[in-house]
Amino acid sequence: MSDALRIDDVSIRLGGRPVLDAVRLEVRPGEVVGILGPNGAGKTTLLRIAAGTLRPDRGDVWLGERRIHAMSERERARQLAVVPQSTTLPFPFRVGELVLMGRAARLGWLGFEGPADLAAARAALERVGIAHLADRSVLEISGGERQLAVVARALAQEPATLLLDEPTAFLDLRHRLEVLAAVREHAAAGGSALLVSHDLGLVARDCDRLVLLAEGRAVAQGTPAEVLAPEPLRRVFGIEATVIEGPDGRPLVVPRAPV
Amino acid sequence: MKALRPSHVAAAALGGSLLLAFAAVLGLSWGASTIGLGDVIRALFYDDAPAATADIVLRIRLPRVVLGALVGACLATAGALFQALLRNPLADPYVLGVSGGAALGGVAAIALGGGFGLVAAASPVFAFAGALAVTALLFALGSGHGRLASTHLLLTGVVFNAFASALIVFMASMAGLVEATQIFVWLIGHLAGARAAVLPWLALFTALGLLGALSQGRALNLLTLGEETAAQLGVSAERARRRVLLSGSLLVGAAVSVSGLIGFVGLIVPHALRLTLGSDHRLLLPSAALVGASFLVVCDALARSALPGRELPVGAITALVGGPIFLWLLRRQALRGWLT
Repeated sequence: MSDALRIDDVSIRLGGRPVLDAVRLEVRPGEVVGILGPNGAGKTTLLRIAAGTLRPDRGDVWLGERRIHAMSERERARQLAVVPQSTTLPFPFRVGELVLMGRAARLGWLGFEGPADLAAARAALERVGIAHLADRSVLEISGGERQLAVVARALAQEPATLLLDEPTAFLDLRHRLEVLAAVREHAAAGGSALLVSHDLGLVARDCDRLVLLAEGRAVAQGTPAEVLAPEPLRRVFGIEATVIEGPDGRPLVVPRAPV
Repeated sequence: MKALRPSHVAAAALGGSLLLAFAAVLGLSWGASTIGLGDVIRALFYDDAPAATADIVLRIRLPRVVLGALVGACLATAGALFQALLRNPLADPYVLGVSGGAALGGVAAIALGGGFGLVAAASPVFAFAGALAVTALLFALGSGHGRLASTHLLLTGVVFNAFASALIVFMASMAGLVEATQIFVWLIGHLAGARAAVLPWLALFTALGLLGALSQGRALNLLTLGEETAAQLGVSAERARRRVLLSGSLLVGAAVSVSGLIGFVGLIVPHALRLTLGSDHRLLLPSAALVGASFLVVCDALARSALPGRELPVGAITALVGGPIFLWLLRRQALRGWLT
Protein backbone atom coordinates (compact mmCIF):
# COMPACT_ATOMS: atom_id res chain seq x y z
CA MET A 1 0.00 0.00 0.00
CA SER A 2 1.40 3.36 -0.95
CA ASP A 3 1.13 6.81 0.55
CA ALA A 4 -1.42 9.41 -0.37
CA LEU A 5 -0.37 12.36 -2.54
CA ARG A 6 -1.64 15.56 -0.98
CA ILE A 7 -1.51 18.94 -2.71
CA ASP A 8 -1.94 21.36 0.13
CA ASP A 9 -2.99 24.94 -0.49
CA VAL A 10 -0.67 25.40 -3.47
CA SER A 11 -0.30 28.79 -5.16
CA ILE A 12 2.14 29.87 -7.84
CA ARG A 13 2.73 32.86 -10.09
CA LEU A 14 4.55 32.39 -13.37
CA GLY A 15 5.77 35.38 -15.33
CA GLY A 16 4.00 37.69 -12.88
CA ARG A 17 0.62 36.08 -13.56
CA PRO A 18 -1.15 33.99 -10.91
CA VAL A 19 -1.47 30.48 -12.36
CA LEU A 20 -2.65 28.48 -9.37
CA ASP A 21 -4.47 29.86 -6.37
CA ALA A 22 -4.82 27.86 -3.15
CA VAL A 23 -5.42 24.49 -4.80
CA ARG A 24 -6.04 21.56 -2.49
CA LEU A 25 -6.50 18.00 -3.55
CA GLU A 26 -5.67 14.54 -2.37
CA VAL A 27 -5.13 11.31 -4.25
CA ARG A 28 -5.44 8.28 -2.00
CA PRO A 29 -4.04 4.83 -2.68
CA GLY A 30 -6.33 2.90 -5.00
CA GLU A 31 -7.75 6.08 -6.50
CA VAL A 32 -7.65 7.61 -9.97
CA VAL A 33 -8.33 11.34 -9.89
CA GLY A 34 -8.92 13.35 -13.05
CA ILE A 35 -8.17 17.04 -13.53
CA LEU A 36 -10.38 18.84 -16.01
CA GLY A 37 -10.38 22.41 -17.16
CA PRO A 38 -10.17 24.69 -20.16
CA ASN A 39 -6.86 25.56 -21.81
CA GLY A 40 -4.72 27.75 -19.58
CA ALA A 41 -6.51 26.72 -16.39
CA GLY A 42 -3.25 25.59 -14.79
CA LYS A 43 -3.62 21.81 -15.17
CA THR A 44 -0.13 21.13 -16.46
CA THR A 45 1.38 23.50 -13.89
CA LEU A 46 -0.46 21.63 -11.14
CA LEU A 47 0.92 18.34 -12.41
CA ARG A 48 4.47 19.72 -12.61
CA ILE A 49 4.18 20.95 -9.03
CA ALA A 50 2.87 17.54 -7.94
CA ALA A 51 5.88 15.96 -9.67
CA GLY A 52 8.28 18.16 -7.71
CA THR A 53 9.47 19.80 -10.94
CA LEU A 54 8.11 23.24 -10.09
CA ARG A 55 8.28 24.68 -6.61
CA PRO A 56 5.09 26.47 -5.56
CA ASP A 57 5.27 29.99 -4.10
CA ARG A 58 3.00 28.87 -1.29
CA GLY A 59 1.81 25.53 -0.01
CA ASP A 60 3.34 22.07 -0.17
CA VAL A 61 2.99 18.74 -1.86
CA TRP A 62 3.10 15.77 0.49
CA LEU A 63 3.69 12.14 -0.24
CA GLY A 64 2.58 10.47 2.96
CA GLU A 65 4.52 12.26 5.66
CA ARG A 66 7.20 13.67 3.39
CA ARG A 67 7.43 16.87 1.41
CA ILE A 68 7.99 16.23 -2.30
CA HIS A 69 10.40 19.11 -2.57
CA ALA A 70 12.56 17.81 0.26
CA MET A 71 13.14 14.51 -1.55
CA SER A 72 16.03 13.90 -3.94
CA GLU A 73 15.30 13.32 -7.64
CA ARG A 74 16.16 9.67 -7.17
CA GLU A 75 13.79 9.18 -4.22
CA ARG A 76 11.04 10.99 -6.08
CA ALA A 77 11.50 8.91 -9.22
CA ARG A 78 10.92 5.75 -7.19
CA GLN A 79 7.60 7.10 -5.89
CA LEU A 80 6.27 9.17 -8.78
CA ALA A 81 6.28 8.63 -12.51
CA VAL A 82 5.33 11.37 -14.94
CA VAL A 83 3.89 11.00 -18.42
CA PRO A 84 4.37 14.44 -19.98
CA GLN A 85 2.11 15.95 -22.60
CA SER A 86 4.68 15.62 -25.32
CA THR A 87 8.18 14.27 -25.58
CA THR A 88 10.86 15.39 -27.99
CA LEU A 89 13.50 12.78 -28.63
CA PRO A 90 16.53 14.09 -30.51
CA PHE A 91 18.38 10.76 -30.63
CA PRO A 92 17.29 7.42 -32.13
CA PHE A 93 17.11 5.37 -28.95
CA ARG A 94 15.30 2.09 -29.33
CA VAL A 95 11.87 1.80 -27.72
CA GLY A 96 13.22 -0.80 -25.31
CA GLU A 97 16.05 1.52 -24.28
CA LEU A 98 13.60 4.36 -23.66
CA VAL A 99 11.46 2.15 -21.43
CA LEU A 100 14.53 0.88 -19.56
CA MET A 101 15.36 4.51 -18.74
CA GLY A 102 12.40 4.28 -16.38
CA ARG A 103 14.61 2.06 -14.22
CA ALA A 104 17.31 4.71 -13.79
CA ALA A 105 16.43 5.50 -10.18
CA ARG A 106 16.71 1.83 -9.23
CA LEU A 107 20.11 0.98 -10.71
CA GLY A 108 23.27 0.39 -8.74
CA TRP A 109 26.29 2.66 -8.91
CA LEU A 110 27.68 1.06 -12.07
CA GLY A 111 24.41 1.95 -13.76
CA PHE A 112 23.68 -1.18 -15.78
CA GLU A 113 20.24 -2.77 -15.92
CA GLY A 114 19.78 -6.28 -14.53
CA PRO A 115 17.22 -9.05 -15.13
CA ALA A 116 14.66 -7.44 -12.79
CA ASP A 117 14.87 -4.20 -14.77
CA LEU A 118 14.46 -6.03 -18.06
CA ALA A 119 11.47 -7.91 -16.69
CA ALA A 120 9.81 -4.69 -15.52
CA ALA A 121 10.41 -3.04 -18.89
CA ARG A 122 9.07 -6.03 -20.79
CA ALA A 123 5.96 -6.21 -18.62
CA ALA A 124 5.36 -2.49 -19.16
CA LEU A 125 5.74 -2.80 -22.94
CA GLU A 126 3.31 -5.71 -22.99
CA ARG A 127 0.86 -3.86 -20.76
CA VAL A 128 0.45 -1.06 -23.31
CA GLY A 129 0.60 -3.48 -26.22
CA ILE A 130 3.82 -2.42 -27.94
CA ALA A 131 6.15 -5.30 -27.09
CA HIS A 132 6.65 -5.82 -30.84
CA LEU A 133 8.20 -2.33 -31.12
CA ALA A 134 10.93 -2.93 -28.52
CA ASP A 135 13.79 -2.92 -31.02
CA ARG A 136 12.50 -0.10 -33.25
CA SER A 137 13.97 3.40 -33.14
CA VAL A 138 11.79 5.89 -31.28
CA LEU A 139 12.15 8.20 -34.29
CA GLU A 140 10.73 5.66 -36.73
CA ILE A 141 7.48 4.93 -34.91
CA SER A 142 4.32 7.05 -34.94
CA GLY A 143 3.55 9.81 -32.45
CA GLY A 144 0.93 7.65 -30.76
CA GLU A 145 3.30 4.72 -30.44
CA ARG A 146 5.90 7.05 -28.93
CA GLN A 147 3.31 8.19 -26.41
CA LEU A 148 2.63 4.57 -25.52
CA ALA A 149 6.36 4.01 -25.07
CA VAL A 150 6.46 6.92 -22.63
CA VAL A 151 3.53 5.44 -20.71
CA ALA A 152 5.41 2.14 -20.64
CA ARG A 153 8.47 3.95 -19.30
CA ALA A 154 6.35 5.38 -16.47
CA LEU A 155 4.93 1.92 -15.66
CA ALA A 156 8.46 0.47 -15.68
CA GLN A 157 9.35 2.91 -12.91
CA GLU A 158 6.96 0.90 -10.70
CA PRO A 159 5.89 4.08 -8.93
CA ALA A 160 3.34 4.50 -6.18
CA THR A 161 1.74 7.40 -8.01
CA LEU A 162 1.31 8.02 -11.72
CA LEU A 163 1.02 11.60 -12.95
CA LEU A 164 -0.29 11.74 -16.49
CA ASP A 165 -0.69 14.87 -18.62
CA GLU A 166 -3.13 14.13 -21.43
CA PRO A 167 -1.67 10.69 -21.97
CA THR A 168 -4.27 9.75 -24.54
CA ALA A 169 -4.22 12.90 -26.67
CA PHE A 170 -2.53 11.28 -29.69
CA LEU A 171 -3.92 7.80 -29.29
CA ASP A 172 -6.52 5.87 -31.24
CA LEU A 173 -9.60 4.61 -29.40
CA ARG A 174 -8.28 1.17 -28.63
CA HIS A 175 -5.03 2.48 -27.19
CA ARG A 176 -6.89 5.10 -25.13
CA LEU A 177 -8.83 2.34 -23.46
CA GLU A 178 -5.66 0.29 -23.10
CA VAL A 179 -3.79 3.10 -21.33
CA LEU A 180 -6.69 3.86 -19.01
CA ALA A 181 -7.04 0.14 -18.26
CA ALA A 182 -3.35 0.11 -17.29
CA VAL A 183 -3.93 3.10 -15.02
CA ARG A 184 -6.94 1.40 -13.41
CA GLU A 185 -4.90 -1.75 -12.91
CA HIS A 186 -2.18 0.31 -11.25
CA ALA A 187 -4.78 1.74 -8.85
CA ALA A 188 -6.31 -1.68 -8.20
CA ALA A 189 -2.87 -2.87 -7.11
CA GLY A 190 -2.82 -0.14 -4.44
CA GLY A 191 -1.24 2.66 -6.46
CA SER A 192 -2.76 6.01 -7.27
CA ALA A 193 -2.98 8.21 -10.33
CA LEU A 194 -3.57 11.86 -11.12
CA LEU A 195 -4.62 12.42 -14.68
CA VAL A 196 -5.11 15.54 -16.79
CA SER A 197 -7.42 15.03 -19.73
CA HIS A 198 -9.78 16.75 -22.13
CA ASP A 199 -11.51 13.49 -22.90
CA LEU A 200 -14.72 13.75 -20.84
CA GLY A 201 -15.89 10.30 -21.82
CA LEU A 202 -12.73 8.68 -20.62
CA VAL A 203 -12.46 10.52 -17.31
CA ALA A 204 -16.14 9.90 -16.57
CA ARG A 205 -15.62 6.21 -17.11
CA ASP A 206 -12.29 5.64 -15.40
CA CYS A 207 -11.79 8.28 -12.68
CA ASP A 208 -13.04 7.88 -9.14
CA ARG A 209 -13.08 11.61 -8.57
CA LEU A 210 -12.76 14.68 -10.73
CA VAL A 211 -11.37 18.12 -10.02
CA LEU A 212 -12.54 20.99 -12.16
CA LEU A 213 -9.87 23.65 -12.53
CA ALA A 214 -10.67 27.16 -13.79
CA GLU A 215 -8.32 30.13 -13.77
CA GLY A 216 -6.05 28.42 -11.27
CA ARG A 217 -8.79 27.50 -8.80
CA ALA A 218 -10.32 24.16 -8.04
CA VAL A 219 -13.93 25.19 -8.57
CA ALA A 220 -15.52 21.78 -8.20
CA GLN A 221 -14.48 18.41 -6.84
CA GLY A 222 -16.43 15.23 -6.59
CA THR A 223 -17.55 12.08 -8.32
CA PRO A 224 -17.93 12.21 -12.11
CA ALA A 225 -21.71 12.44 -11.71
CA GLU A 226 -21.35 15.45 -9.42
CA VAL A 227 -18.81 17.33 -11.50
CA LEU A 228 -19.98 16.52 -15.03
CA ALA A 229 -23.29 18.36 -14.72
CA PRO A 230 -24.65 21.00 -17.12
CA GLU A 231 -24.17 23.89 -14.70
CA PRO A 232 -20.42 23.42 -13.90
CA LEU A 233 -19.72 22.65 -17.57
CA ARG A 234 -21.36 25.92 -18.61
CA ARG A 235 -19.53 27.88 -15.95
CA VAL A 236 -16.06 26.43 -16.54
CA PHE A 237 -15.92 25.42 -20.19
CA GLY A 238 -18.47 27.89 -21.51
CA ILE A 239 -20.50 25.21 -23.28
CA GLU A 240 -24.07 24.05 -23.35
CA ALA A 241 -24.09 20.33 -22.79
CA THR A 242 -26.60 17.61 -22.26
CA VAL A 243 -25.60 15.02 -19.71
CA ILE A 244 -27.21 11.60 -19.85
CA GLU A 245 -26.63 8.47 -17.85
CA GLY A 246 -24.59 5.89 -19.66
CA PRO A 247 -25.20 2.14 -19.54
CA ASP A 248 -22.58 1.79 -16.75
CA GLY A 249 -24.31 4.44 -14.63
CA ARG A 250 -21.58 6.98 -15.40
CA PRO A 251 -22.47 10.37 -16.88
CA LEU A 252 -22.16 10.83 -20.64
CA VAL A 253 -21.56 14.41 -21.76
CA VAL A 254 -22.90 15.50 -25.12
CA PRO A 255 -21.52 18.99 -25.91
CA ARG A 256 -24.03 21.09 -27.86
CA ALA A 257 -22.81 24.65 -28.41
CA PRO A 258 -20.57 27.33 -26.97
CA VAL A 259 -22.45 29.63 -24.65
CA MET B 1 14.88 -6.31 -26.15
CA LYS B 2 18.36 -6.37 -24.71
CA ALA B 3 19.96 -4.33 -21.97
CA LEU B 4 23.46 -2.98 -22.30
CA ARG B 5 25.91 -5.12 -20.33
CA PRO B 6 29.36 -4.11 -19.06
CA SER B 7 30.72 -6.81 -21.38
CA HIS B 8 29.38 -4.90 -24.39
CA VAL B 9 31.31 -1.83 -23.29
CA ALA B 10 34.42 -3.94 -22.78
CA ALA B 11 34.06 -5.44 -26.25
CA ALA B 12 33.70 -1.97 -27.80
CA ALA B 13 36.74 -0.77 -25.86
CA LEU B 14 38.75 -3.73 -27.08
CA GLY B 15 37.69 -3.16 -30.68
CA GLY B 16 38.50 0.53 -30.40
CA SER B 17 41.90 -0.24 -28.90
CA LEU B 18 42.75 -2.57 -31.77
CA LEU B 19 41.72 0.13 -34.21
CA LEU B 20 43.90 2.63 -32.40
CA ALA B 21 46.87 0.23 -32.42
CA PHE B 22 46.44 -0.19 -36.16
CA ALA B 23 46.23 3.59 -36.64
CA ALA B 24 49.34 4.08 -34.49
CA VAL B 25 51.36 1.67 -36.62
CA LEU B 26 50.19 3.58 -39.68
CA GLY B 27 51.17 6.86 -38.03
CA LEU B 28 54.62 5.54 -37.16
CA SER B 29 55.14 4.13 -40.62
CA TRP B 30 53.93 7.03 -42.79
CA GLY B 31 55.63 10.40 -43.06
CA ALA B 32 58.30 12.17 -45.05
CA SER B 33 59.85 8.74 -45.53
CA THR B 34 57.91 5.50 -45.32
CA ILE B 35 59.21 3.04 -42.74
CA GLY B 36 58.27 -0.61 -43.17
CA LEU B 37 56.10 -2.41 -40.64
CA GLY B 38 59.00 -4.66 -39.68
CA ASP B 39 61.25 -1.71 -38.83
CA VAL B 40 58.45 -0.01 -36.85
CA ILE B 41 57.97 -3.11 -34.74
CA ARG B 42 61.73 -3.61 -34.32
CA ALA B 43 62.11 0.00 -33.18
CA LEU B 44 59.20 -0.31 -30.76
CA PHE B 45 59.74 -3.70 -29.21
CA TYR B 46 63.28 -4.81 -30.03
CA ASP B 47 66.47 -2.83 -29.91
CA ASP B 48 67.83 -3.88 -33.28
CA ALA B 49 66.39 -1.34 -35.74
CA PRO B 50 68.90 0.92 -37.55
CA ALA B 51 69.69 3.88 -35.28
CA ALA B 52 68.34 6.51 -37.70
CA THR B 53 65.08 4.61 -38.19
CA ALA B 54 64.68 4.04 -34.45
CA ASP B 55 65.21 7.77 -33.93
CA ILE B 56 62.50 8.70 -36.41
CA VAL B 57 60.03 6.17 -35.02
CA LEU B 58 60.62 6.77 -31.32
CA ARG B 59 61.70 10.39 -31.05
CA ILE B 60 59.85 12.08 -33.90
CA ARG B 61 56.80 10.07 -34.81
CA LEU B 62 55.84 8.40 -31.53
CA PRO B 63 55.27 11.68 -29.61
CA ARG B 64 53.35 12.94 -32.61
CA VAL B 65 51.14 9.85 -32.70
CA VAL B 66 50.49 10.14 -28.95
CA LEU B 67 49.64 13.81 -29.41
CA GLY B 68 47.24 13.03 -32.25
CA ALA B 69 45.59 10.23 -30.29
CA LEU B 70 45.06 12.42 -27.22
CA VAL B 71 43.71 15.36 -29.20
CA GLY B 72 41.46 13.09 -31.27
CA ALA B 73 40.10 11.41 -28.14
CA CYS B 74 39.41 14.81 -26.57
CA LEU B 75 37.62 16.21 -29.59
CA ALA B 76 35.43 13.19 -30.35
CA THR B 77 34.43 12.71 -26.71
CA ALA B 78 33.70 16.40 -26.26
CA GLY B 79 31.60 16.28 -29.42
CA ALA B 80 29.51 13.40 -28.06
CA LEU B 81 29.12 15.24 -24.73
CA PHE B 82 28.00 18.54 -26.18
CA GLN B 83 25.66 16.89 -28.66
CA ALA B 84 23.88 15.15 -25.80
CA LEU B 85 23.96 18.20 -23.55
CA LEU B 86 22.50 20.47 -26.22
CA ARG B 87 20.17 17.70 -27.42
CA ASN B 88 21.37 18.26 -30.94
CA PRO B 89 23.10 15.45 -32.83
CA LEU B 90 24.73 18.04 -35.09
CA ALA B 91 26.37 20.10 -32.36
CA ASP B 92 30.11 20.62 -32.61
CA PRO B 93 32.53 20.48 -29.67
CA TYR B 94 33.34 24.06 -30.54
CA VAL B 95 29.78 25.34 -30.51
CA LEU B 96 29.72 26.43 -26.87
CA GLY B 97 32.38 29.07 -27.36
CA VAL B 98 34.95 27.19 -25.32
CA SER B 99 37.08 26.95 -28.42
CA GLY B 100 36.61 30.66 -29.06
CA GLY B 101 37.99 31.38 -25.61
CA ALA B 102 40.86 28.97 -26.08
CA ALA B 103 41.64 30.36 -29.52
CA LEU B 104 41.54 33.89 -28.19
CA GLY B 105 43.96 32.98 -25.40
CA GLY B 106 46.29 31.13 -27.73
CA VAL B 107 46.25 33.79 -30.42
CA ALA B 108 46.79 36.54 -27.86
CA ALA B 109 49.91 34.73 -26.68
CA ILE B 110 51.20 34.44 -30.25
CA ALA B 111 50.32 37.99 -31.26
CA LEU B 112 51.45 39.76 -28.13
CA GLY B 113 54.17 37.28 -27.21
CA GLY B 114 57.08 39.28 -28.62
CA GLY B 115 56.04 42.49 -26.98
CA PHE B 116 55.75 41.02 -23.51
CA GLY B 117 58.78 38.77 -23.74
CA LEU B 118 56.66 35.61 -23.76
CA VAL B 119 57.77 32.61 -25.75
CA ALA B 120 55.50 30.66 -28.06
CA ALA B 121 55.45 27.92 -25.42
CA ALA B 122 53.10 30.12 -23.40
CA SER B 123 50.32 29.79 -25.96
CA PRO B 124 48.92 26.44 -24.69
CA VAL B 125 48.73 27.88 -21.18
CA PHE B 126 46.94 30.98 -22.43
CA ALA B 127 44.63 28.90 -24.60
CA PHE B 128 43.73 26.68 -21.70
CA ALA B 129 43.10 29.67 -19.48
CA GLY B 130 40.85 31.08 -22.20
CA ALA B 131 38.85 27.84 -22.34
CA LEU B 132 38.41 27.78 -18.57
CA ALA B 133 37.38 31.43 -18.48
CA VAL B 134 34.64 30.80 -21.02
CA THR B 135 33.49 27.74 -19.08
CA ALA B 136 33.21 29.86 -15.95
CA LEU B 137 31.20 32.38 -17.95
CA LEU B 138 28.91 29.63 -19.24
CA PHE B 139 28.36 28.35 -15.70
CA ALA B 140 27.46 31.83 -14.53
CA LEU B 141 25.13 32.61 -17.43
CA GLY B 142 23.64 29.19 -18.02
CA SER B 143 22.72 28.17 -14.50
CA GLY B 144 19.37 28.64 -12.86
CA HIS B 145 17.33 28.90 -16.03
CA GLY B 146 15.83 25.47 -15.74
CA ARG B 147 14.30 24.46 -19.00
CA LEU B 148 15.98 27.20 -21.01
CA ALA B 149 19.43 26.12 -19.98
CA SER B 150 20.60 24.35 -23.13
CA THR B 151 19.26 27.07 -25.44
CA HIS B 152 20.99 29.65 -23.29
CA LEU B 153 24.26 27.75 -23.41
CA LEU B 154 24.03 27.39 -27.17
CA LEU B 155 23.30 31.04 -27.86
CA THR B 156 25.91 32.22 -25.39
CA GLY B 157 28.44 30.05 -27.19
CA VAL B 158 27.51 31.22 -30.68
CA VAL B 159 27.70 34.85 -29.66
CA PHE B 160 30.94 34.37 -27.82
CA ASN B 161 32.55 32.58 -30.77
CA ALA B 162 31.63 35.45 -33.07
CA PHE B 163 33.00 37.94 -30.57
CA ALA B 164 36.23 35.96 -30.18
CA SER B 165 36.74 35.69 -33.96
CA ALA B 166 36.43 39.45 -34.27
CA LEU B 167 39.11 39.93 -31.64
CA ILE B 168 41.29 37.30 -33.30
CA VAL B 169 41.00 39.00 -36.69
CA PHE B 170 41.87 42.27 -35.01
CA MET B 171 44.97 40.80 -33.37
CA ALA B 172 46.05 39.03 -36.54
CA SER B 173 45.79 42.32 -38.44
CA MET B 174 47.92 44.07 -35.85
CA ALA B 175 50.52 41.32 -35.63
CA GLY B 176 53.61 40.96 -37.77
CA LEU B 177 53.75 38.65 -40.78
CA VAL B 178 55.37 35.76 -38.91
CA GLU B 179 52.82 35.89 -36.11
CA ALA B 180 49.95 36.26 -38.58
CA THR B 181 51.07 33.07 -40.37
CA GLN B 182 51.31 31.26 -37.04
CA ILE B 183 47.83 32.42 -36.16
CA PHE B 184 46.50 31.27 -39.52
CA VAL B 185 47.95 27.76 -39.13
CA TRP B 186 46.69 27.64 -35.57
CA LEU B 187 43.13 28.47 -36.61
CA ILE B 188 43.11 25.65 -39.18
CA GLY B 189 44.46 23.28 -36.57
CA HIS B 190 47.73 21.39 -36.69
CA LEU B 191 49.80 18.97 -34.64
CA ALA B 192 53.25 20.19 -35.67
CA GLY B 193 53.73 22.94 -33.13
CA ALA B 194 53.34 21.11 -29.82
CA ARG B 195 56.44 20.25 -27.85
CA ALA B 196 56.91 16.83 -26.30
CA ALA B 197 56.99 18.53 -22.90
CA VAL B 198 53.25 19.30 -23.11
CA LEU B 199 52.33 15.64 -23.56
CA PRO B 200 52.19 14.70 -19.84
CA TRP B 201 49.96 17.71 -19.17
CA LEU B 202 47.77 16.96 -22.12
CA ALA B 203 47.51 13.33 -20.99
CA LEU B 204 46.55 14.43 -17.49
CA PHE B 205 43.76 16.76 -18.63
CA THR B 206 42.55 14.26 -21.19
CA ALA B 207 42.37 11.57 -18.52
CA LEU B 208 40.47 13.86 -16.14
CA GLY B 209 38.06 14.94 -18.84
CA LEU B 210 37.49 11.38 -20.03
CA LEU B 211 36.87 10.08 -16.51
CA GLY B 212 34.39 12.88 -15.91
CA ALA B 213 32.70 12.14 -19.22
CA LEU B 214 32.50 8.36 -18.80
CA SER B 215 30.99 8.71 -15.31
CA GLN B 216 28.06 10.62 -16.81
CA GLY B 217 27.13 8.14 -19.54
CA ARG B 218 23.82 7.05 -18.05
CA ALA B 219 22.93 10.57 -16.93
CA LEU B 220 23.57 11.79 -20.48
CA ASN B 221 21.12 9.25 -21.90
CA LEU B 222 18.46 10.75 -19.66
CA LEU B 223 19.52 14.34 -20.31
CA THR B 224 18.82 13.86 -24.03
CA LEU B 225 15.15 13.58 -22.99
CA GLY B 226 15.35 17.09 -21.55
CA GLU B 227 16.31 18.22 -18.08
CA GLU B 228 12.80 18.06 -16.70
CA THR B 229 12.25 14.48 -17.78
CA ALA B 230 15.75 13.50 -16.67
CA ALA B 231 15.01 14.84 -13.21
CA GLN B 232 11.67 13.03 -13.12
CA LEU B 233 13.48 9.81 -13.93
CA GLY B 234 15.82 10.30 -10.99
CA VAL B 235 18.88 12.17 -12.27
CA SER B 236 20.10 15.32 -10.58
CA ALA B 237 19.94 17.10 -13.91
CA GLU B 238 21.55 20.34 -12.81
CA ARG B 239 24.53 18.56 -11.27
CA ALA B 240 24.94 16.22 -14.23
CA ARG B 241 24.83 19.16 -16.62
CA ARG B 242 27.58 20.94 -14.71
CA ARG B 243 29.78 17.85 -14.70
CA VAL B 244 29.30 17.30 -18.41
CA LEU B 245 30.04 20.95 -19.15
CA LEU B 246 33.17 20.90 -17.03
CA SER B 247 34.45 17.63 -18.53
CA GLY B 248 33.71 18.79 -22.06
CA SER B 249 35.44 22.10 -21.49
CA LEU B 250 38.50 20.37 -20.05
CA LEU B 251 38.69 18.16 -23.13
CA VAL B 252 38.20 20.98 -25.63
CA GLY B 253 40.54 23.29 -23.74
CA ALA B 254 43.26 20.65 -23.62
CA ALA B 255 42.90 19.83 -27.31
CA VAL B 256 42.68 23.40 -28.59
CA SER B 257 45.57 24.59 -26.46
CA VAL B 258 48.03 22.23 -28.15
CA SER B 259 46.58 21.93 -31.63
CA GLY B 260 44.42 24.92 -32.49
CA LEU B 261 40.99 24.47 -34.03
CA ILE B 262 40.85 21.05 -35.66
CA GLY B 263 37.35 20.69 -37.04
CA PHE B 264 35.03 17.79 -37.92
CA VAL B 265 36.53 15.16 -35.59
CA GLY B 266 34.04 15.98 -32.86
CA LEU B 267 31.22 16.10 -35.35
CA ILE B 268 31.58 13.05 -37.57
CA VAL B 269 33.10 10.51 -35.16
CA PRO B 270 30.27 10.56 -32.59
CA HIS B 271 27.78 10.86 -35.39
CA ALA B 272 29.02 7.83 -37.29
CA LEU B 273 29.15 5.88 -34.03
CA ARG B 274 25.57 6.78 -33.17
CA LEU B 275 24.54 5.29 -36.50
CA THR B 276 26.44 2.05 -35.93
CA LEU B 277 26.43 1.47 -32.15
CA GLY B 278 23.20 3.22 -31.21
CA SER B 279 22.54 6.10 -28.87
CA ASP B 280 23.53 4.71 -25.46
CA HIS B 281 26.24 7.00 -24.10
CA ARG B 282 27.65 4.33 -21.81
CA LEU B 283 28.82 2.61 -24.99
CA LEU B 284 29.17 5.68 -27.17
CA LEU B 285 31.59 7.73 -25.05
CA PRO B 286 34.44 5.21 -24.69
CA SER B 287 34.03 4.24 -28.34
CA ALA B 288 34.13 7.88 -29.43
CA ALA B 289 37.35 8.44 -27.49
CA LEU B 290 39.12 5.49 -29.14
CA VAL B 291 37.75 5.98 -32.65
CA GLY B 292 38.40 9.73 -32.47
CA ALA B 293 41.99 9.02 -31.45
CA SER B 294 42.42 6.58 -34.33
CA PHE B 295 40.80 8.94 -36.83
CA LEU B 296 43.05 11.86 -35.99
CA VAL B 297 46.21 9.71 -35.97
CA VAL B 298 45.38 8.49 -39.47
CA CYS B 299 44.52 12.01 -40.69
CA ASP B 300 47.80 13.26 -39.29
CA ALA B 301 49.70 10.47 -41.03
CA LEU B 302 48.05 11.60 -44.26
CA ALA B 303 48.91 15.24 -43.51
CA ARG B 304 52.56 14.33 -43.04
CA SER B 305 52.88 12.17 -46.14
CA ALA B 306 50.47 13.67 -48.70
CA LEU B 307 52.85 16.28 -50.10
CA PRO B 308 56.54 15.41 -50.64
CA GLY B 309 58.89 17.47 -48.54
CA ARG B 310 56.27 19.41 -46.60
CA GLU B 311 53.41 18.93 -44.24
CA LEU B 312 49.76 19.96 -44.41
CA PRO B 313 47.94 21.22 -41.30
CA VAL B 314 45.94 18.23 -40.08
CA GLY B 315 42.88 20.47 -39.75
CA ALA B 316 42.84 20.75 -43.54
CA ILE B 317 42.81 16.95 -43.84
CA THR B 318 40.03 16.44 -41.28
CA ALA B 319 37.95 19.06 -43.10
CA LEU B 320 38.67 17.53 -46.54
CA VAL B 321 37.86 14.02 -45.32
CA GLY B 322 35.17 15.04 -42.85
CA GLY B 323 33.15 17.38 -45.04
CA PRO B 324 31.98 14.80 -47.58
CA ILE B 325 31.51 12.13 -44.91
CA PHE B 326 29.39 14.52 -42.93
CA LEU B 327 27.20 15.42 -45.91
CA TRP B 328 26.70 11.74 -46.60
CA LEU B 329 25.75 11.03 -42.99
CA LEU B 330 23.41 13.99 -43.01
CA ARG B 331 21.64 12.74 -46.11
CA ARG B 332 21.33 9.24 -44.74
CA GLN B 333 19.95 10.62 -41.56
CA ALA B 334 17.47 12.94 -43.25
CA LEU B 335 16.17 9.93 -45.16
CA ARG B 336 15.62 8.04 -41.92
CA GLY B 337 13.62 10.89 -40.46
CA TRP B 338 16.20 11.58 -37.77
CA LEU B 339 16.18 15.28 -38.57
CA THR B 340 12.80 16.88 -38.24
